[in-house]
Amino acid sequence: MANSLLEIVGLTKSFPGVTALDGVDFALRGGEIHALMGENGAGKSTLIKVLTGVFPRDAGETRLEGKIIAPRSPREAEGLGISTVYQEVNLIPHLSVAENICLGRQPTWLGVIRWPAIANRARAALARLDLSLDVNRQLSAYSIAVQQLIAIARALDISAKLLILDEPTSSLDRNEVEELFKKLRKLRAGGLGIIFITHFIDQVYEISDLITVLRNGCRIGCFATKDLPRIKLVSHMIGKAVHQVEALEQKRASAASIRSEAPMLEARGLARKGSLRPLDLDIRPGEVVGLAGLLGSGRTETAKLLFGVDRADQGTVRMNGREVRFDSPRAAIRYGIALTPEDRKVAGIIPNLTVRENIVLALQTRRGSWRRLSVAEQAKLADRFIQALGIKTPSREQTVRNLSGGNQQKVLLARWLAIEPKLFILDEPTRGIDVGAKSEIERLIQSLRQDGLAVLFISSELEEVVRQSQRVVVLRDRRKVDELREGEISEGAIMQSIANPNLERTGA
Amino acid sequence: MIDWVSDLLFWIVFGSILLFLRGRRIFWTVGALGMLLLFNQFFTPGFFHLQVLDGHLYGSRIDVLNQGAKVMLLSLGMVLVIATGGVDLSVGAVMAIAAAVSSRLLVTEHLPAGFAIAAALVVSILAGAWNGVLVAGFGIQPIVATLVLMVAGRGVAQLITEGQIINFLDPTMVYLGNGHLFALPFTLTLVLLMLGLAFFLVRRTAVGLFIESVGDNAEASRYSGINARQVKFLVYAFSGFCAGLAGLVACSNIKSADANNIGLYLELDAILAVVVGGTSLQGGRFYLVGALVGGLFIQTLTTTLYARNVSSDISPVPKALVIIAVCLLQSESFRTRLARVVRPSERVLQPIGSRPPQKPITMTSHDSTES
Repeated sequence: MANSLLEIVGLTKSFPGVTALDGVDFALRGGEIHALMGENGAGKSTLIKVLTGVFPRDAGETRLEGKIIAPRSPREAEGLGISTVYQEVNLIPHLSVAENICLGRQPTWLGVIRWPAIANRARAALARLDLSLDVNRQLSAYSIAVQQLIAIARALDISAKLLILDEPTSSLDRNEVEELFKKLRKLRAGGLGIIFITHFIDQVYEISDLITVLRNGCRIGCFATKDLPRIKLVSHMIGKAVHQVEALEQKRASAASIRSEAPMLEARGLARKGSLRPLDLDIRPGEVVGLAGLLGSGRTETAKLLFGVDRADQGTVRMNGREVRFDSPRAAIRYGIALTPEDRKVAGIIPNLTVRENIVLALQTRRGSWRRLSVAEQAKLADRFIQALGIKTPSREQTVRNLSGGNQQKVLLARWLAIEPKLFILDEPTRGIDVGAKSEIERLIQSLRQDGLAVLFISSELEEVVRQSQRVVVLRDRRKVDELREGEISEGAIMQSIANPNLERTGA
Repeated sequence: MIDWVSDLLFWIVFGSILLFLRGRRIFWTVGALGMLLLFNQFFTPGFFHLQVLDGHLYGSRIDVLNQGAKVMLLSLGMVLVIATGGVDLSVGAVMAIAAAVSSRLLVTEHLPAGFAIAAALVVSILAGAWNGVLVAGFGIQPIVATLVLMVAGRGVAQLITEGQIINFLDPTMVYLGNGHLFALPFTLTLVLLMLGLAFFLVRRTAVGLFIESVGDNAEASRYSGINARQVKFLVYAFSGFCAGLAGLVACSNIKSADANNIGLYLELDAILAVVVGGTSLQGGRFYLVGALVGGLFIQTLTTTLYARNVSSDISPVPKALVIIAVCLLQSESFRTRLARVVRPSERVLQPIGSRPPQKPITMTSHDSTES
């Protein structure tokens, strides 16, 4: 490993009560895309944060081009040539593209910002990615995917040798991912070393040369991507033998739990200007209805209308035959509807409250202010769900912010299961969470279904939609274009519905 | 001799309280108060002197409790407002309104004291509710919404008193701010009653959880079905009520209603008390008792400067310095840095090579689960 760009030996980091990294080794050469894989809490993020100086290390050493480095802040790491692009775009929406790219290192003349120089520099940075944008426009005018590329351009502007991408694709759709990968391949050809963190196994196989797997803070191994079968990768990540994993994956949804033909929820011509065109939707008890479509096709908008987050301006909704009208989530909750939102951080968790408080929140809301659950009752409830869902937390009094993504999602599921909902809307419940938690959540959904719940399941991963649903509603351009019944459901069929311009089986 | 024994007893009790609070957020607030008192024990002659007159206790520490009542009352309302992510700048002006209403009804209209007090409190709640409507109903930023009443409130109070300073001698009104109960000032009882009420309102019902939830993440709270408007309206109304009580105590203290000066700048002291008490201005977690102790701390500081004959013109300067020190002490990142400076040997950055060399990097797995 003489020609390593980056070499990490024996990196160790503990937090109170947890060893997040235990003597981890890692090596990366220039012109290589190296994927870092592992379940949530395996130590991927900690490794990156120690490497870029967000956290101080306990032990171990890092060499960049043979020289020992120990950055104490992300800024210092950037100065050394290590740039990071995080999952959430860490840019400022109200500033222009050029300002965002040059923020913190604006070219100045006697302390005065040289605006033309900023624009030129931004254009040059974008040109490296073959992007040509109006650099004076507000960042928020561009799609998330373009913002992601701008973030990468910003990272590369600092003469980076090493680019770290932490979940860069989780908010991108298929074409956008393809576009991003094209740019990454170009950068790789230019000799840049890239560390790529993702939960999407397909993408890892598409783009990476090497895979390092972490589990519980330990390095499990480093593998050449082409020599590692997928099933083995998964088995390394979750620490189970191959045949166990296969058994997990083959568990498919079986029908026959649909209890009655009468729908629990009946939406007719539900619409809202600028967000969804008239849509018909039935969900029966004991049924999982999948909502498929590209990003921005109206999936989340449908969920928001059904849950009363947004108000519908057309159409009717019936619950068990009675017409209802929701103008707030509170009203929807009264009818036994629950929703785990697409964006966990913004609309889901209450970050600084404890696991216990987060779990009891919805139930307490439904009981009202006066009928407060005593601390003992709250503790009992929280412990029950921590155990039932296998939430990994040191205690129920841990603040939710400190939990990994998968465990935060489980806390949210627990919050809603506590009110024993009749209809559960799950918007991207498995986004950004690891394989283990994913399969646990999938199993949970199936068991809820068997208990007679109606489930509306929204996911970008077609494979998941196919596996989970008894019926799939396909959306395109904010309207329903197809509905696939049991027996017709397959990834291919869904893709065809999305792509086929002649299909337009809308009601209303 | 008596003083010596009572001082010792005081410190034993104080020390045990501090010991009991170890590891809690409020520890730093109580600790700061302790340090201030310790300073006075040694350097401010007479500060710890206690005296019994007519069966009532007198002394600087009693003064602190009595004079601090206003800020403590305000801070109870303020802490809840701040927990929702807002702030109430109007409390000083609401104090003036409450004082004006009560003394006008009492003196000019010759109504009974009980009625005057009740009416003043109702008006204060309405004033708070006005803030609540602006913030929760119309979504106006709290700092702007309450600024309206902060500026206009004193004018309203002037209108009510018709520009006069109204003096009164009614025994009930005078008792509020000057009376004694169980040898201690009645205001102390009042503060404790209000603490009890606040505690019941937020911790015995689920309102406290809702307040913290809304303050921490308003969007997610909405998705969980919390009625954020109701919660916000409630805290502003409660803050108005607390301000009304503080206003009554303030005018009772000086036996007159001076619309221009009652409660002047006290909103700032109340905000400081909340911050010193460990509640973040960003909202979320709040500490009721912390806010009270914070209020006590600020009053102790004021009384200390007074007892040491620091001119009131320059007293804001030492006050500001001490408050900055307390806020720094509460900051986690400041404490870690301080620890690093004090004990440089425990640098968080370990010297490289302090760990034995690790296994070489290999391209194979050393996982055994697949067998």
